[in-house]
Amino acid sequence: MVTCLTGFFPSFFYHNRFTGPTELETSSSGGPTGQTGRSDPGFKSLMAAVTVCRTQETFFKVKKMPDIEGLVNEFVSKLENRKVEGSHATARATAELLRSLISQKRLPSTNQAEALIEAVKIVGAKLTAANPVEMAVGNIVKRVLHIVRVEDLSAVTSDVNGLNLSAETDDEDIAERDSDHVASAAAVGYGSILDRPSLHTLLDNMGRDSGEKADRNISRRILKHNVIEAVNELIGEIDDCHEQIAEQAVEHIHQNEVILTLGRSRTVLEFLSAAKEKKRSFRVFIAEGAPRYQGHVLAKELVKRDVQSTVVTDSAVFAMISRVNMVIVGVHAVMANGGIIAPVGLRMVALAARAHAIPFVVVAGMHKLCPLYPHNPEVLLNDMRCPSELIEHGEFSGCMDFGIGSGSPLLHVVNPAFDYVPPELVSLFITEIGGHGPSYMYRLIADYYSADDLV
Amino acid sequence: MGVKKGTARVSEDTEVELARAPLQAILLADSFAQKFRPITLERPKVLLPLANIPMIDYTLAWLESAGVEEVYVFCCAHSRQVIDYLTNSKWFNQPNFSIRTIESHNSVSAGDALRLIYEQNVINGDFVLISGDTLSNMSLTHALEEHKERRKKDSNAVMTMVIKKSKPSLLTRQSRLGTDELFMAIDPDTKQLLYYEDKADHLKGTLSLDKMLLADKSSISLHNDKQDCYIDICSPEVLSLFTDNFDYQHLRRHFVKGLLVDDIMGYKIFIHEIYSSYAARIDNFRSYDTVSKDIIQRWTYPFVPDVQFTGNSTTKLERLGLYRASGIIQSRSAQVGPFTVIGNGTTIGDNTIISNSVVGDGCKIGSNVLVEGSYIWHNVTIEDGCTLRHAIVCDGVIIKSGAVLEPGAVLCFKVVIGQQFVVPSYSKVSLLQQPTKQDSDEELEYADDSNGIVEIPSINSTSVKLSGQLTSDVSEAQRLAISEAGAGGVGYLWSVGEGDFEEELRHSVAPIPADKLTEVIQAANDEMEMLDVSPLPPSGELQPDSNSIDSEDNFERDDYIYFEKEVEATFLRAVHEDVKEDHVILEVNSLRRSSTLPLPAASYTLPLSTVSSRFCQSYRGARIELSLSYFYTLKLAMLTANWWLVRTED
Repeated sequence: MVTCLTGFFPSFFYHNRFTGPTELETSSSGGPTGQTGRSDPGFKSLMAAVTVCRTQETFFKVKKMPDIEGLVNEFVSKLENRKVEGSHATARATAELLRSLISQKRLPSTNQAEALIEAVKIVGAKLTAANPVEMAVGNIVKRVLHIVRVEDLSAVTSDVNGLNLSAETDDEDIAERDSDHVASAAAVGYGSILDRPSLHTLLDNMGRDSGEKADRNISRRILKHNVIEAVNELIGEIDDCHEQIAEQAVEHIHQNEVILTLGRSRTVLEFLSAAKEKKRSFRVFIAEGAPRYQGHVLAKELVKRDVQSTVVTDSAVFAMISRVNMVIVGVHAVMANGGIIAPVGLRMVALAARAHAIPFVVVAGMHKLCPLYPHNPEVLLNDMRCPSELIEHGEFSGCMDFGIGSGSPLLHVVNPAFDYVPPELVSLFITEIGGHGPSYMYRLIADYYSADDLV
Repeated sequence: MGVKKGTARVSEDTEVELARAPLQAILLADSFAQKFRPITLERPKVLLPLANIPMIDYTLAWLESAGVEEVYVFCCAHSRQVIDYLTNSKWFNQPNFSIRTIESHNSVSAGDALRLIYEQNVINGDFVLISGDTLSNMSLTHALEEHKERRKKDSNAVMTMVIKKSKPSLLTRQSRLGTDELFMAIDPDTKQLLYYEDKADHLKGTLSLDKMLLADKSSISLHNDKQDCYIDICSPEVLSLFTDNFDYQHLRRHFVKGLLVDDIMGYKIFIHEIYSSYAARIDNFRSYDTVSKDIIQRWTYPFVPDVQFTGNSTTKLERLGLYRASGIIQSRSAQVGPFTVIGNGTTIGDNTIISNSVVGDGCKIGSNVLVEGSYIWHNVTIEDGCTLRHAIVCDGVIIKSGAVLEPGAVLCFKVVIGQQFVVPSYSKVSLLQQPTKQDSDEELEYADDSNGIVEIPSINSTSVKLSGQLTSDVSEAQRLAISEAGAGGVGYLWSVGEGDFEEELRHSVAPIPADKLTEVIQAANDEMEMLDVSPLPPSGELQPDSNSIDSEDNFERDDYIYFEKEVEATFLRAVHEDVKEDHVILEVNSLRRSSTLPLPAASYTLPLSTVSSRFCQSYRGARIELSLSYFYTLKLAMLTANWWLVRTED
């Protein structure tokens, strides 16, 4: 396996900038629960953890701890009932849920990472099953697993460093250190499998470790702390993805261009608005995006921001495309081969763009990057939504007589939510870490996910 | 993203709700009807599987997603089974959703149930009243807001009924849900329900509306294109009303009609119409079939088989509406057709054809079997060469090789059908013997008298007992029933009375046979023709209505009747020939002038014209909606005339 650091390095430092108390306060998870004074050992250990991490302190004081089991169930039922929709919201909620899972998880003294990974995997499987078409859930679960593995590795290396550097440390607990050695051996074993992230974490933690090596007592909890911090970074990253993508807007949208988009995507909205704010003048054609007609909403929002907009029907896309300079769309998920799962109608747009050799640009946050290949039939399975988005049941009830003839209805209404657009039709992906071609996606996946979790 | 905003608003609303009182719901886990007999003798209706998931799960899942936090499940028949099911289901350990069961053994109607709940004193705010056989995916937020808004203005607005548009044709109504035609009069401005009739007399062909309805409403609209969803948002007063009127039994027949007729208390019922959402109640086998197919066609999304709303199913949707659970062993040569659900661990043999059907978990289907439009529940064994068309087959049934189920057949739990046996159309086979004639379906179904009411619990209790004995008594049953279900078969054939056959046909799972269909269409056409030939009802019809006019109207009865007839004829002609409103007004005005009725000379032209034009409009609206039942328009025209008289006398 090849060690890859390009692309990972800058992104990591980039993310580091966004950890801070402000965003922790804004992040809210779970609902209120009645219990205040809890006396179970988990709470105590957590309070101890709170003393360790200053950033976490504010968070836990504001929020009483809800029962994690209940939180998981609640989120699962929300996913099942399709109450949480949209990859951004889902990704964020998933990350928050996993954060509270990790923070409430009581870890054994040995093999902490194993236990954590196991716990995250169990919950992750539940969440993924609740809404298999919402790829963001699986993405975030795998990202968190990756984080745990990376942090575990770096904690071990820092431990080893700590031992080497601080020879004068009082040997209060040899047994514990032995166990740490075991863990480190295990983690190194991991490292040889992973062999990707080691260098930067090593560097990163060497810096951090110098400040923390004094209190060896907390080494047991340092993994959890680091993981939580890294998950916070992830949440911050999800929160900020729109802005960071939008920052690149001026590089792609030029004066007097005509942009075409379909439906509504917040990323697209922010992207276009950012270009407008930078005094670019351009026009936008918006295909309305049947059957949900989110394009209408986008048109309203764009007009509010002084963008010259034109609404067309989806079927008029081909007629309009010759006047268009660039197609910019949001997606549901980006697959490992660079293909995209996108709102229905986009394949048609992509083909129209190809026919006129117009760039088809996809804006997507990294949380949409899915480490699966669309050869997988599970992925190709679409979300068949409610037919009443198309037609009214009452109006057509006469066409759905089951009581006459053979009993099989003559009218079927099919309402697929997504299209698959193959990588050949995509010109460019704009993510928060820059623009990439479809063929680069597998590389990014290697940076963001652990190979062990992709099985 | 608009959707996301919507849900955010919902959650906000529910939080406001939370601050006051949690939203409650009463779920009646008993339909207090007998249409699913003999299946319901062994298992409560709410636990019957609908696309392999018990009905009550759909209702609960909807209640949960609609933001209801406390559900009181009222269990009556087979209460143990319902309670056992619920305690083991996922619904009992939900964080923001609590279920409490209320058990009763002597309630025989929805009225009794609500009286009992009132005594328990658990409902303390607005609540949703629904029965466990109702499916929906509507959002309650809007309806609730409307209800609360009205309550603020008028504390007499005790109930909001959810209705939904459906095709007005008699045929569609029958062929979809097997229900009767429903007539509603609604005030189009306030959405107040003024009239509700679901058992209109088709032979008579008339509906009588109280003329007072028109006296204080500027317009009313009369609908026969609405479908009652049987989802009600009620205020706590509803419960006390049931307690006050101890003779209220049926929710619609007694309570709704009672409130509409009774103007002393002044309680009002309003409607909330849903457009894109789905809601339907499973009332009989026909609607069971229709709703199952609607689920397969995903109208009930997100409550569809491939979404895990009940927990542990892993069904996947494949092309052409085929839902397959895991662990299915299917022969390569088998054709599992479109719009079919196949349950967990089912085996399907060679050359078997299955289409438009639901097959449950753990079924064994042999080779060369034809299954079409049928509902096969769990653990059913179908041996080679059987043919099933539009049948319902309950749990544990064994159909031996070569047997044929003709359309409309229903096989109850653990029945065994012998080799080569042909189960005739519309027949029901059960391990339990058919009760004697006096408590047949019909009588109990509409039993308002105490006689029928006493009957039901006793039947239920014996049936529970019987099902308990069944396992040990199978050999005896076999001996007794050997001839009725073929060689080697077990079960009693339930006979259908001559008079009930029509009913049976309407409510069966099987499609209406072609000859019946043409009959119905013919009948509908006949009605139209009859109407064209004799647009006026016999004058006898007019008498009672005119009698109800104040005593001082007794003078010049003949003139009055003549005038009424004239106006009526004018209206009808206008309707048929599409005469312009102005012309109608003109004509009616001149008619009035030519009549000898004593009328105040001044100030009537204007009111009349405004009124009739308004009325014409709503009348015309009604006409479009009533296109298949012209019959019902007759009284309406008369009504105008009456009303006009009332007005001019002021």
